[in-house]
Amino acid sequence: MREKKVSLDEIYQDVDSEIAKSKKLNIYTNLNPTAKDQASKQGDSPLAGLPIAVKDNYSTKGLTTTASAKMLEKFVPQYDSTVARLLGEAGGVVIGKTNLDAWAHGSSTETSDFGPTLNPRNLDHLPGGSSGGSAAAVASNTCLAALGTETAGSIRQPAAWCGVVGLKPSYGRVSRSGIVAMASSTDSPGPITKTVEDAALLLQHISGLDAKDSTTSPLAVPNFSQDMKKGVKGLRIGLLYSEVPELKESLKLLEPQLKVFERLGASVEPVKALDPHYAIGVYTIVQRAEVSSNLARYTGVRYGKDRSFLGSEARKRIMLGTFTLSKGYADQYYTHAQKVRSLFRQDFDKLFEKYDLLVSLSSPGFAKKIGATEGQAMFGELEDMLLEPSSIVGLPGLNIPCYRDEKTNLFLGLNIMAPMWQEARMIQAGYAFEQATAWNEWAKS
Amino acid sequence: MTNKSKYQLICGLEIHAELKTKSKMFCSCKNDPFGADKPNIHTCPVCLGMPGGLPVANKKAIEWTIKLGLALNCKINLFSKFDRKHYFYPDLPKGYQISQYDIPFCEGGWVETSQGRVEITRVHLEEDTGKLLHKEIDGKKVSLVDFNRGGVPLIEIVTEPDIKSANQAKEFGKKLRQIIRYLEIGNCNMEQGGMRLEANVSLTSDGKLPDYKTEVKNINSFRFLEQAIEYETERQTKLLDKGESPVQETRGFDATKGSTFSQRVKETAADYRYFPDPDLPPIRFAKEDIERLQVGLPELPEQIQARWQEEYGLDQEVTNLLVTTSSRSELLEEVWQIAQKNETNLKKITVWIINNLELLTPTTWADQIFGKYMDQTKTTQIDESELIKVVKQVFENNPQETARYKAGEKKLLGFFIGQVKKIVGNKADAKQIIDAID
Repeated sequence: MREKKVSLDEIYQDVDSEIAKSKKLNIYTNLNPTAKDQASKQGDSPLAGLPIAVKDNYSTKGLTTTASAKMLEKFVPQYDSTVARLLGEAGGVVIGKTNLDAWAHGSSTETSDFGPTLNPRNLDHLPGGSSGGSAAAVASNTCLAALGTETAGSIRQPAAWCGVVGLKPSYGRVSRSGIVAMASSTDSPGPITKTVEDAALLLQHISGLDAKDSTTSPLAVPNFSQDMKKGVKGLRIGLLYSEVPELKESLKLLEPQLKVFERLGASVEPVKALDPHYAIGVYTIVQRAEVSSNLARYTGVRYGKDRSFLGSEARKRIMLGTFTLSKGYADQYYTHAQKVRSLFRQDFDKLFEKYDLLVSLSSPGFAKKIGATEGQAMFGELEDMLLEPSSIVGLPGLNIPCYRDEKTNLFLGLNIMAPMWQEARMIQAGYAFEQATAWNEWAKS
Repeated sequence: MTNKSKYQLICGLEIHAELKTKSKMFCSCKNDPFGADKPNIHTCPVCLGMPGGLPVANKKAIEWTIKLGLALNCKINLFSKFDRKHYFYPDLPKGYQISQYDIPFCEGGWVETSQGRVEITRVHLEEDTGKLLHKEIDGKKVSLVDFNRGGVPLIEIVTEPDIKSANQAKEFGKKLRQIIRYLEIGNCNMEQGGMRLEANVSLTSDGKLPDYKTEVKNINSFRFLEQAIEYETERQTKLLDKGESPVQETRGFDATKGSTFSQRVKETAADYRYFPDPDLPPIRFAKEDIERLQVGLPELPEQIQARWQEEYGLDQEVTNLLVTTSSRSELLEEVWQIAQKNETNLKKITVWIINNLELLTPTTWADQIFGKYMDQTKTTQIDESELIKVVKQVFENNPQETARYKAGEKKLLGFFIGQVKKIVGNKADAKQIIDAID
C-alpha cells in the first residue's frame, strides 16, 4: 500500500466482499459500521487504517462487546481495552468483532452462545478456539490481521487449525486491561496474522507496560523484527513431546519439516520434558478456579440478563472452580496445582539452559469435525495439551503452518517456544521457516 | 457491672477505618464519597467491576497501613499479597472483595490501656463496598446502589479477646482513633461510617475461652460500643444464670433502644473461597523500606502529650486539646520555640492559640502564627488594670446579678463575660476576662 500498489479503498472493497461471501461461516459477532470512515482518517500512521479483526472479548468503546456470551449480548463498553486503544493509536481500525467460545471457554468456537464458526479451509471442520473467529477471519481474507487472546492454546491452536500465524506473547508483555477476564494468571492477548512479519509488526504496537494492568512487565519492548531476517544458524532447538504416544501420526508429518531448520544451520534434537498430561490437571484446576471468581461479577443485577443465560460450559466451569476453592478442598486442589505449576517452571528453566528454542506440534492433529466437542467435557484441554505447559508458566509461543493435507486442505501447526521475553528469537526462527518452506502462501507475495 | 458478676467478659474488637488517600484503593477515582454531590460520580470500570477492569494497588494506602501497624507495635510482613474474598451482595460489584487473607501487612501488635494491654492480632488492607439505599420512588419500593464509596481503601484492625470491660473497649477504640487521626491517614468520622466497630462478646466463668461468641455489628460510636457490650453482658449473664448457653450469632445494635437484636445465626462458618488475586502481584518489602517508615513515624499522641507537659509545663487538658495530628504538633512546637526565643509567655500564647485553633492550617507558618499573636496582643490588648476597671464598672451596673453571682450562682459568669466584651470588644479574650472577674 505504501508503494501505492493498492489503495485503502481497494483493500476495504476486497475485505467487504470477502465478508459478504463468508457470512455463513459466522466469523463475526458484529461488524464496525464506521470502519471505512475511521480508516480514511488514519493518514500516515504506522497501520494506515488497515482493517483488523478483534476478538469479541476485547472491550471496544461504543462497539458491542459480548465475549460471545448471551449475558453480555447488549453490552456496549464506555471504554477501550488498552490493546484496542493502542491499535487505534497506531492507525489500525477494528473491522469487526470475532466469534469465540463463550467467555473464551473452549477450543472449538462451538460453545459460542451465538453458534459455531466454520473453518474457512474446510467448512466441515472447526476453526479451533477460543480465538476461532479471529483465526478464521485471517484465513478467510476478511481482514488483514486479527487480535486474539490465549489462556492456554487459544491463539496458537486455532491458528494451527486455520493454517495461519498466531503469536502468544510472554504473560505480562501485553496488557489485559479491558479484556473480559478468563484466567487472569495466564490470559495473554496477541496477534493472529497471515505472516510472521505481520505478527511481529502488530505485537510491536500492542506491547508494553500499562498503568492499568499491574501484571504487565516494566521491561523495555524490543524491536521484534530487527533480528527477524538473521536466520537460525547456530540456534539449538529442542523438540518436545516426541515420545507422547497419541502424537505418533502427526509427528511423522512434522519431523521431515524440522529438517528445514537443520538445513538452515540450526541443530534440532528430541528432548524429554515433564509429561504434558500433568499440565492438563494444573491448568484445569487453576483456570476453573479463576473462572469461577472472574464470572462472579455477572450476577444478573447488571447487563440486563440474569444467570439463566449462562451457557452449560460456563456453568460447569463455575461449579468446578467453586468446588476446588472451597474450604477443605483448596489445599487438595488449588494449592497443589500451583505447586505442580512451579515444577513446570523449573523444568522449562532447565530446558532453556540447553536450548535457545523449543518446538512441538501446536495441536495433536488436524482440525476436528463440526460437532466433535459434543459430550467431550475435556475437549479443549486435550487439544491444547501441548500448549498448556508453556502457557501455565507464561512463556511466549508462536504457531506457524508447517504442513497442509492435500485432500482436506487442513493444516498442521508448528509451535515454537522461547524463554520469557524472547519473542524476537521465535519470530526469527518462524520467519526463517516460513521463507524456506511453501506452506504459507502469503509469505511469498 | 461485670466485676460484681460471677462471669468475666471476654471481648475482642474488629474495627474498620477508611483511609483518606486522594484516590481509591485499586483505581484512580477520587476518594471522596462524602463530598460527592451525586451518587456514582467517582466511579470507573475498575471500581464498578465492569468487564476487563483490573485493580492496581494504591501504594500510599499500603504505606499508611504499615505506618499504622508500626504505630501499633506490629510485626510487618516483608512478603504480603492481596486475596479475593468471595460473597454475593449487590454493593459488591465484582462478586468478591479484594482483601488480605493469610498474610496481612501487619501482625501481632498491642495498645496499652488503663486496664491493661490489648493485643492486636492483625492489621490488613482491603476495599470498601458501595452503599445500598432503600427508597420509595413513585410509590414503588426500590433499592439503589451508590458506588462512590466502592473501592475506598479500608483498613481492618482485629484485636485479641483481651478486653475485660465495656469501658476498656471504649478506651481502646478512642486510642486507636486518636492514633489514626494523628498519623493523618484517616478521618475516622463515625457518623459517616469512616470508622465502624464490631465487638465479639462472650462471658466466661472459669477464665477459659467459651465455645460461643456473639458478634455485634452496626456500632457507630464509642458510647454505643460501651452500651452494646454492657447490654450483651447483661443478656448473656441472664442466659447463663438460667443454665442456658448463648448461641453463636451475629447481632445488630439498636441505638435508640440501646439494645442488641439477633440478625443471623451462623450454622456453619462462611466459606469465602479465598485465593490470591491473580491481578495483583505479591508485594515484597526490603527491611530498609520498613526501617525508613519506622524512622519517619512521628512521636505518638501519648508520648508527645507527656513530653509537652514536662517540657513546656502545659496541663493535660491543654495537651489533650492540642494533640490532634502530627503536622499540627510540629507546627505548635515551632511556635513555642519561637516564643521561647522571644521570651514570650508560653502559657499565654498557648491559651491564645486554643482560642484561635482555626489558624493552625497546613498552609500557615509558625512565624505567621507568632506574628499574629504579637500583633493582636501588643496593639489591641487591653492591659490588666484597665480590664479590672471595666469589670468593676459592669458589677456596679448590674447589682442584682452581681449579688447572685457572689452568692454562688456561677452560671452568671457567661452573662458578665458578655457584658465586659460589649465594652472591650476583641481587646480581651474570655480567659483574660475570667481572670479579671476573679
